[in-house]
Amino acid sequence: MEDRTRMQDESQALRAAELDAVSEALLAAHDHERTSHADAQKHHHHTHAPVSHHEHGHHLLQVEDLSVGFRMYEEDAPFFRARQRVVEVIHRLSISVHVGEIVAVVGASGSGKTLLADAILGLFEPNATACGRIWYDGELQDAASLAERRGNGISLVPQSVNHLDPLMKVGRQVEGFARADVPHAERARHRERLFARYGLSEDAADLYPHQLSGGMARRVLLCCALMDDPRLIIADEPTPGLDLDLAVRALGDFRDFADAGGGVLLITHDIELALRVADRVAVFKDGTVVEETAVANFASPDTLEHPFSRELWHALPEHDFAVPPASPCEGDGGAQSLGQS
Amino acid sequence: MGNFILRNIAKFVLLMIAVSMVTFVLVSISPVDPVQANVGQTAYINMSEAKRAQLAEYWGVNTPLWERYANWFGDLLHGDLGTSLRFNAPVADVIATRAVNSLALMATAWVVSGVLGFALGVLAGANRGRIVDRVVKGYCFLLASVPTFWLGLVFLIVFSVWLGWFPFGFSVPIGVSAADVTLADALHHLALPALTLSVVGVANIALHTREKTIDVLESDYVRFARARGLSTWGALRHHGLRNLALPALTLQFASISEIFGGSVLVEQVFSYPGLGQAAVTAGLGGDVALLAGIALFSAAFVFGGNLIANMLYGVVDPRIRKGEAHA
Repeated sequence: MEDRTRMQDESQALRAAELDAVSEALLAAHDHERTSHADAQKHHHHTHAPVSHHEHGHHLLQVEDLSVGFRMYEEDAPFFRARQRVVEVIHRLSISVHVGEIVAVVGASGSGKTLLADAILGLFEPNATACGRIWYDGELQDAASLAERRGNGISLVPQSVNHLDPLMKVGRQVEGFARADVPHAERARHRERLFARYGLSEDAADLYPHQLSGGMARRVLLCCALMDDPRLIIADEPTPGLDLDLAVRALGDFRDFADAGGGVLLITHDIELALRVADRVAVFKDGTVVEETAVANFASPDTLEHPFSRELWHALPEHDFAVPPASPCEGDGGAQSLGQS
Repeated sequence: MGNFILRNIAKFVLLMIAVSMVTFVLVSISPVDPVQANVGQTAYINMSEAKRAQLAEYWGVNTPLWERYANWFGDLLHGDLGTSLRFNAPVADVIATRAVNSLALMATAWVVSGVLGFALGVLAGANRGRIVDRVVKGYCFLLASVPTFWLGLVFLIVFSVWLGWFPFGFSVPIGVSAADVTLADALHHLALPALTLSVVGVANIALHTREKTIDVLESDYVRFARARGLSTWGALRHHGLRNLALPALTLQFASISEIFGGSVLVEQVFSYPGLGQAAVTAGLGGDVALLAGIALFSAAFVFGGNLIANMLYGVVDPRIRKGEAHA
């Protein structure tokens, strides 16, 4: 417990990336490098997929024991007597992303998956408290260094066009403002190359976000992330609102990115889509990852370890759509909303 | 576009008719007797009954309201606003001289309160919950609950009486011929009333902008901008200001009416010879021509402000521009 690092309010530098934690990290990385493990062998709470590999002996992203809570007033207490308490939304979550793979975090809508994205990006509400350890490319991160990684190694692909400034033309927004050191002309050229690659015409750059079609919006948002040449993409529900064809193409773009040596953390509630494109699936339930496993293990419920993962398997349409009788409430909330997309 | 212009012209004409009618009706209901109010108490008492009747006849006291209104309106269509009883001059001339003073006062207050209010609002919103925010918020709440005339009196006491930095009133120094009044003199006299008006106007704009800043900072697009590496201030600068400017501008142009109302009080406190003071004089003196003239002028002024606000929406917001093109 004492090696728990606290990331509190991103403006505050991580108070103590305690020496213990750092040395432990080095040790762990070192150990890992020596371990040669078979694909399906379990280590670091997860099993590997064929494409997963440890470049330089470490994960591209490794999250351990991440907990995120919010300080808030008791809701049912009388106004003046309400005390502050911490509501923990994510509990001791661990997840890893290797170079070359897509890891899908699958969980019900509104279960706190987006908070995971926020925590990895170091975006915290002022009343949030986060603890745990996050390594990016083998280096232990704190709140300040995670903030530096934003758009500089780790990029977000958001859910919808609402994440674009409604009053600014798309081209200018894709080019972005964060990198003051790169001249604007160069960024504009980069943007043009990306637009050409993803079939967006130069006219699209002059449109405002509300004028984009669903498919264009998806590619524009992806271009925003790719502008910064990230190594890790966090895609937060990138497919809702897209028809199946567009969704598959969107995920195909992520596949290409991963194949080119990047890593993708795909946050979604759509397990069918996740199984189609991801290499590994992390099953998210009640604020934590209950099982992180290769997609291949979803072939049969017997290779899945956690009861909830098996429930998910059974809830898939091509299986029996079954809601397990053992825990009807849980099954209702989780499995059903997951099964439909 | 042609449709838009026609609609606004129609609205404007209807507004002018309504405002002038209301003014006439209100003045006719008012207990102030124009003859008594204009010749003065002593003269009125010493006057013979025949003389009073003659004056009443001259000023049309006994002419029915609708006939008076029809006469006035007929003249208005020929560009004649009538003659002011109190100033004994054409209404148009009175309004023209007064308006220069008032507009200088209001424009200064309007710009200062807009700029200052916007800056304070953004500052407070971006630092929500911190000490800066609390100070700005406290200041705004205090000002929002302070009556304008009271603040004017306090400023007079502090800055004119105690510190002696500013004159007590009027728009020019006393005992100096009009030709010798310099711009510096005029500005010196303008400063304190303008300050009073702007300080009161700040609260509204600042509180609205603060609220809007918080909304913008919590929006998805600012979250995404920050996820791409912009700092909070960077995100606010590149994406926030544009989105904040729209509601602030609208509010600012809509607040012209408030500034106008405030200027009446401030001009009274500072004996500043502007439109507001003339309106008070006209109202108390039963000077219906001048009052109607000022009412029309101020209504047109406020209408113009709101119209500009509407049109600015289209300039700043592409979504509205698009909508208009379709319509």
